[in-house]
This record gives sequence, C-alpha cells and structure tokens, in this order.
Amino acid sequence: MIYRSHVLFCNGTGCVSSKAPELMAKMEELLVKNGIEKEVKIIKTGCFGLCEKGPIMVIYPEGATYCHVTLDDIEEIVNEHLIKGRIVKRLLLGDKDVSDVSRSRDNVGFFAKQRRIALRNCGVINPENIDEYIAHDGYMALAKAVTEMTPAEVIAEITKSGLRGRGGAGFPTGRKWQFAAQAVSDQKYVCCNADEGDPGAFMDRSILEGDPHSVIEAMAIAGYAIGANQGYIYVRAEYPIAVKRLEVAIKQAREYGLLGKNIFGTDFSFDLELRLGAGAFVCGEETALMTSIEGHRGEPRTRPPFPAIKGLWGEPTLLNNVETYANIPVILLKGADWFASIGTEKSKGTKVFAIGGKIHNTGLVEIPMGTTLREVVYDIGGGIPKGKKFKAAQTGGPSGGCIPAEHLDIPIDYDNLLEIGSMMGSGGMIIMDEDTCMVDIAKFFLEFTVDESCGKCPPCRIGTKRMLEILERITEGKGEEGDIEKLEALAESIRKGALCGLGQTAPNPVLSTLRFFRHEYEAHVKEKKCPAGVCKALLSYVIIAEKCKGCSLCARKCPVGAISGEVKKPFVIDQSKCIKCGVCMESCKFAAIEKK
Amino acid sequence: MKSVEELKAIREKALKEISIRDNEDKIRIVVGMATCGIAAGAKSVMNAFIEELAKRNIHNVTVSMTGCVGICRLEPIAEVIEVNGEKTTYVKLDDEKARRIVAEHIVNKKPVLEFTIGAAEK
Repeated sequence: MIYRSHVLFCNGTGCVSSKAPELMAKMEELLVKNGIEKEVKIIKTGCFGLCEKGPIMVIYPEGATYCHVTLDDIEEIVNEHLIKGRIVKRLLLGDKDVSDVSRSRDNVGFFAKQRRIALRNCGVINPENIDEYIAHDGYMALAKAVTEMTPAEVIAEITKSGLRGRGGAGFPTGRKWQFAAQAVSDQKYVCCNADEGDPGAFMDRSILEGDPHSVIEAMAIAGYAIGANQGYIYVRAEYPIAVKRLEVAIKQAREYGLLGKNIFGTDFSFDLELRLGAGAFVCGEETALMTSIEGHRGEPRTRPPFPAIKGLWGEPTLLNNVETYANIPVILLKGADWFASIGTEKSKGTKVFAIGGKIHNTGLVEIPMGTTLREVVYDIGGGIPKGKKFKAAQTGGPSGGCIPAEHLDIPIDYDNLLEIGSMMGSGGMIIMDEDTCMVDIAKFFLEFTVDESCGKCPPCRIGTKRMLEILERITEGKGEEGDIEKLEALAESIRKGALCGLGQTAPNPVLSTLRFFRHEYEAHVKEKKCPAGVCKALLSYVIIAEKCKGCSLCARKCPVGAISGEVKKPFVIDQSKCIKCGVCMESCKFAAIEKK
Repeated sequence: MKSVEELKAIREKALKEISIRDNEDKIRIVVGMATCGIAAGAKSVMNAFIEELAKRNIHNVTVSMTGCVGICRLEPIAEVIEVNGEKTTYVKLDDEKARRIVAEHIVNKKPVLEFTIGAAEK
C-alpha cells in the first residue's frame, strides 16, 4: 500500500510517558473524520534521542520534525499540514524562521554532530514491523555470515573492526568471541546483557525499544561465530515496552525463519528466549546475570573461570551488551575497515550516551569516539541552563567518576576516561553545574551502591556502608579530622577485596571527587561549610540589613514562622527555628537574603 | 527463510513502502491543495501521481501538497521541482494528464509543454 504521507510518532519510553499514544489515537480519529486515512499512514517508531523536546513526531515526505506536540496541536497539524500541505512552523524543531518547506532534523545542532550507528534505525523504522528492518538491510549481515563466511572469518572481521564492549569495561569484542569459539563443548550459549542499571542511563532500553531486530540479528551472528544454537536476552522487567517489542520481534523473526532451524537453508540453527530480571543492579554483572538466568538468586561468583569457558549451566557462554550487539550487523555489511576508520586509535566506532542533569537537551546522543566533552555539553547538549557554569560531568554511573571543567577538551574514549579517573561505563552522563555539591554527589552514588550491594562479600556489604556513614557525617557538619584519609583507606581495601566488578568500582565516585574536588571535602570537614550551598546542615539563610526594605513578604511566606521584624525595618531570621527550605530567598524581591 | 533471495525480495517490497521517508536529492511534485484546488479535483490528481509513480517503481520523486498558488482559475495545479531547483508549472490537470507527466517528464525527462502554464496563458 502506497501512502502519500508517513507520520512517524516517537514511541520511546520518554514520549510514551508524555502521552504519544493519545496523540496517535487522536490523529487516527481525525484522519478518518477527514477521509484521508488511506492516504496518510501513522507509524510508531523508536527514540529520536531528543527526549527533552518530546512528544516528537516527523512527517514525510517533507521531513518536518515537530516537538512538544499537544493534543490541541494534532488538529492543527492534520488541518494545516496533512490536508493543506502547510507546515506548522511554530512546532518545528530548531530554527522557526524557515522559508523552505522542509526542515530536516539533521541540520539542527543536536543532531548535526552525532553519528548514528547503534541507533541507526531508532526513530526511523517501526520496531514492530520486521519488514521495515529488512528494508534497511536488516538480516542481510546474518545472511552474509552464514552463507558466505566461515565462523572464523566472522570473528576475524569483528576483531579487525576494533569494536570494544559497550557495557562498561571495554573488553575487545572479537577476542571475547574468539575465546568462546575456542572452548570445546556440545552446547554453548549466547547471552545479551540488557540489565541496564546505572541511574539515568537508557541507551540499551532505547535500542531495544527502537530497533530490537538489530540485537536479535547480531546474537544469531554470534551464535554462528562461536557455535551456539541457543540465546538468552536478560532484560529487566521494569522495561515493559522493550520487553513487549522484543517479544513481537522474536515472534516475527521465527515466522520468517530467521530464528529456528536451518536458517537460510544452511545447517545453522539458532533460537532465542527472554529472561526477565527483577531489577537488581548486581544482575548487570556477568556472573550474577547468568546465575539469575539459571533461576538462582542473582549473586556474582569469582572469575576465572570466565563465562567463555564456564558460563551458563557450566557451558561456554558469550555475553555482550545490547549496544555492542547493535553495532555487529553494520560492521559485517560495511566492513571492519569502515568501522575502524571512525573513532580514535584504541577506541573505534561510536558511543551512545544518555545525557541528563543540568543541561538543555537531555536525551540520547551517539557520538564518534574522540568527540570532546565540550562538544557534547555545548554543541549537542545546548549548554547549561540559566547561564550557570559547568562544574563536572559524571560518567560510568556508580562505578565511574567525575570529569571536571579543566578536562572539558579531552577527547572521549575508553583510555582517556580511565586516565582521568572515570570510565566509559555503559553510557550514562550526568552534567553538573556550579550549584552541585561534589560530596553530596559522591554520597548519592554510594547510597545507591549500599542499597544495591548483594551482600555476598564483606568488603562491598560492610565497606561501602561504612564509607556512606562517613560521608553522611561530613555532610551533616560532623566531619572529623582524618575522615578523608579513612575514606581513602576504605576505598582502597574495597577495591582490592570485593568479589565482583561492582564492589571493586563502588568507591570510584568518592575517589574521583576527592581527586578533583578535595577542597570541597576539606571545607565540609574543617570549616563546616558547603561551598555549593547544598548540604542543609552546613548553611544558613541571613537577611542583609542594608538591603532589606522591611516588606514582611518573607515572614509571611516562611512555613515555620522563623522570620520576624517590624514593617519598614530590617527583618531577622531565627536560626534555631529555620528549616533551611529557601522559600524566603526565592520570595524576596530585593535580593536581600543570602545563603551562607 | 530458506534463501537469501527470499530476504532480498522482502527487502525490495518493503523499500517501496518506506521510500517516502528518505528525502534526499529527490524530485518533488507539489500539488496545490487549497480549497480551489480540491474543488477542481486536485485530490484525485495527486492520487494519480502517487499511483503512477508506484506502478513504475520510481522512488526518487516525492509528492506533496501546497496551498493556493493564486491562480485559482487554472487549478488543479502541480509543480515539478527538479533537484537543482528548476521548476515546471502544470495547470488544469486531470488524472490522465498526471500520468502523462510522470511518463514524459519524470521518466523521459521531457516536460509536457502543452500542459504548462505558459501554454495555457498564450
């Protein structure tokens, strides 16, 4: 069926929660009402990446990208754009003063510096329609692998591409495949780690929601390469849209015979199953993940033996992350040399980041390795809101660290990030401005680790708890001389003694903030001050007598009645009653209240 | 899926259906679809363009709508805009004329001079 117009609605989690499905229903209704339902096709697609501007939709053939669309706008879009062919300029993304009919999103700053490989189909195809994936060369890489290449050639190609694991540590993918291929056994498994747990990270979620077939195809290719006929995708149950689209995709792939017996008429057979995780952070660790698939409590075990030798049910198992898999089909189709031409010397290709925090364009971006942090924050991210100063970027989640402003021009790749005490991680990137207290941030991540520690080994279970207690003391103004040194000593023992990667890296947020912002810790401990004005116990609100006009507004706003005074004379805050909510400072029209 | 050919066949078919979303370097056919155009039969002309292009497997042409060009007496009007921006304005169209424009102008690269605004206003 040929339509004159295609309307693509983003149906990633971000836009779904900002009511994209209701907008779609309304448009469908209006198309029928106007009798153009056979001329205009509505397609739901995956995440465009610009979640901050959601709900987002794109109308072809014009390629007009509309953002922040509301129910009322839908009627206007149907009447103006779809019936009369007039672009609704006020809803367009980017420059609103466009004279041309089309305004492609590729020209907008947010997209201009990106290079989409892993996200190539997100926001482009309907993830629930296998034909659209096939139209974009889907399953061609699998066809090429099983009909034209030997397993060794597939692995050689992946090795040559320089692809490294996108889940965190950056282990060379080709070598991992090689180890699993070399292991001798009748039964091997291919697993996909879709247990994305870093706070604020949603790269894997968006790939699964927007392009589930790319992961399925890559896992089948991996199965062919290492000699496995069964795969498992371990995905968290709290990603309901991703789970549903994976189920649909697996069903469609089976119907087409792209999963199952004798794929493409060869003797290669491969099938996939989903395993839903309950959302424990530790299950993102490979040994814990496999233990959980086996039906046991998700706890890590010591390595070696590595999964490639002894993994799921004691058999050789290959485990890669979602984004790593999403790169595989393109590498086979376009060639290892093409992939290796993108990126830096030791980090090839691109990396997807979920940018959040104090930044204009929160959302999902895919950049070539070697892009500087400055480009990500200012060119793609649109800078820091309210004209505030950039203070640091946190990458790698609870296992990573903070990158301060002095390193803004560092090209982002695995080795550079490690060198400055952070890590690539799975791709969460939280931007912090001058109002962020670094001790408070370290405390936040440690709270997360303490909550999520599985409790199997004491260094992680008890050590992180002790570190958190010290941090809590410091932020409450009860820090003592020697606390910082104690933190460092504890961090070192946890790093050396913890059983799995999560425990070993848990002190990183503290260590990296200590490295670049030691003075903030010292200010908390020695001067009992929080330089960023975040830690409530360490700050007080004061009225500057010379500026106060005695209007009594603050006194009326104060929820605990801590402010008193005579009208037209300076007011005072009773520090013993003050709960430091800051309402007085917000309400003062003369900027007469200061936070110290 | 028993062969790569089967997969390729699905790809070709699916590509046709989504080619509209790839709008790089394409010839554009813009049909005037204001009240005047619609009243004169522009909708059916537009569908004729779309069907004829699909029938001939032509994917480098997009068909879109525009508002009133201002010469309502000559509706239905459509303009063919080449990749280099060169424009041909066709007037007083019907389904049959639309199909001929696809055959002669788009396929054979020869504008159908007798349907152009210049011919009508002579």
